[in-house]
Amino acid sequence: MDAFFEQFPVVFKSLNVGFLQTLKLFAVTLLGALPLGLLISFGTMSKNKAVRAVVKVFIWIIRGTPLMIQLLIIYYFPGLVFDNPIWGGNEGGRFAASAVAFIINYACYFSEIYRGGIQSIPVGQDEAGLVLGMSKSQIFFRVKLLQMVKRIVPPMSNEILTLVKDTSLARIIALQEVIWAGQSFMKGSQGISGAIWPLFFTGVYYLVCNGLLTLLFGRVEKKLEFFR
Amino acid sequence: MSLLKVEHICKSFGKTGVLKDISFDLEKSGILSIIGSSGSGKTTLLRCLNFLERADKGTISVDGNKIYDGEDSSFLKPDVLRKNRLYFGMVFQSFNLFPQYTALGNVMLARQLEAKKNPAYKEKKKEILEGIEAEAVELLKQMGLSDRMNNYPHQLSGGQCQRVAIARALAMKPDILCFDEPTSALDPELTGEVLRVIRGLAEQKATMIIVTHEMAFARDVSSEVMFMDQGYVLEKGPSKELFENPKEERTKQFLARFREGG
Repeated sequence: MDAFFEQFPVVFKSLNVGFLQTLKLFAVTLLGALPLGLLISFGTMSKNKAVRAVVKVFIWIIRGTPLMIQLLIIYYFPGLVFDNPIWGGNEGGRFAASAVAFIINYACYFSEIYRGGIQSIPVGQDEAGLVLGMSKSQIFFRVKLLQMVKRIVPPMSNEILTLVKDTSLARIIALQEVIWAGQSFMKGSQGISGAIWPLFFTGVYYLVCNGLLTLLFGRVEKKLEFFR
Repeated sequence: MSLLKVEHICKSFGKTGVLKDISFDLEKSGILSIIGSSGSGKTTLLRCLNFLERADKGTISVDGNKIYDGEDSSFLKPDVLRKNRLYFGMVFQSFNLFPQYTALGNVMLARQLEAKKNPAYKEKKKEILEGIEAEAVELLKQMGLSDRMNNYPHQLSGGQCQRVAIARALAMKPDILCFDEPTSALDPELTGEVLRVIRGLAEQKATMIIVTHEMAFARDVSSEVMFMDQGYVLEKGPSKELFENPKEERTKQFLARFREGG
């Protein structure tokens, strides 16, 4: 137990640094995947059959294969196959590769949630906007968007909580996120080795983070209760 | 000259012909009721006037200007379509209010968006928006909703919702106001308040086309009545004449059923 108290400050500091990287990947993924997902959802609803088909196959591939494999391919493929390691070997490169993989993957999941949300809005909303002389984009942004947001908050929050935990997959390309930081104390780091508790302790970070997010989504849902 | 001239409108969905060579005129301040059984094409006709459906053939003219020709795709350009739509206002059976806007917001929204195209918008933004609001408030008052302006649609009864929808349509100052079974989604108690509002508009000389199953109302309020059956206009005439002396056998049958049903 003494060892634990000695180790704790060192480990805590390290894990904080790792979790900051986790949060960064989480935030960047959201920032990229939320709008990209909307774009992809428009693709799946396109009037053009070819566009629809291409987008649907793309979503099938991305949702049908493990994110871990996608990470590995995106990170290693350019270097191994084209002899052009675009990402570089440092932490910045690993982060960029992770962000790209996560954004693409999550955008596909988000796009299906958006599509469900948009298609559940009665066609009468479009028609009412049209007969009032509104343009399609005005109807989308001023009439349908908020109704869609209200409908997708529950499935979206699910997906976003999963994203927090999924960021740990970036460990596979040695991104120095919180799992990586916890694991380092097993092999030996900063004078501590053979300690497994730091790895277990990383769970607390995810738990607290997702607890806060759950509260936040609850508030958003509440905020949107002003209309039905 | 008639305000609205509809000539030879045809519309099919796939192989099913829904409108078969529909032609009619409507004078300014005229009120045309369209009656007929479900599936006779009444609603589709109204939707063709608003371009919610594209008629396959035929022309629509307002004030002598052609605004639609089924055989000329230049009328289908989004900008042209948007502009020409505004000759008509539309009140739907299911209201279709925007749920996240208050009653007042519903009435103002399209006008506010339209105002942004005004070249003087940036300089006179406040004035313009205040003008729009004042008009919207006035319209809602006219509809008897002065105490409901800041309520959201889900806080209103069906009859109140439909009156907001009428105000919303009027806010665009349409030449012709179309009603698609405006009271069919309402229980009998709420029907009256909506019909009263439409009567009020009639007194103000609004030009209206009303698709309805309210026979007594159609008889009283309209200047003309058109009976549709299976995509054709079987009979059209002054309201009194059509109700009291229908010429076609099918019209007689239809009206008789209504009399029996009360």
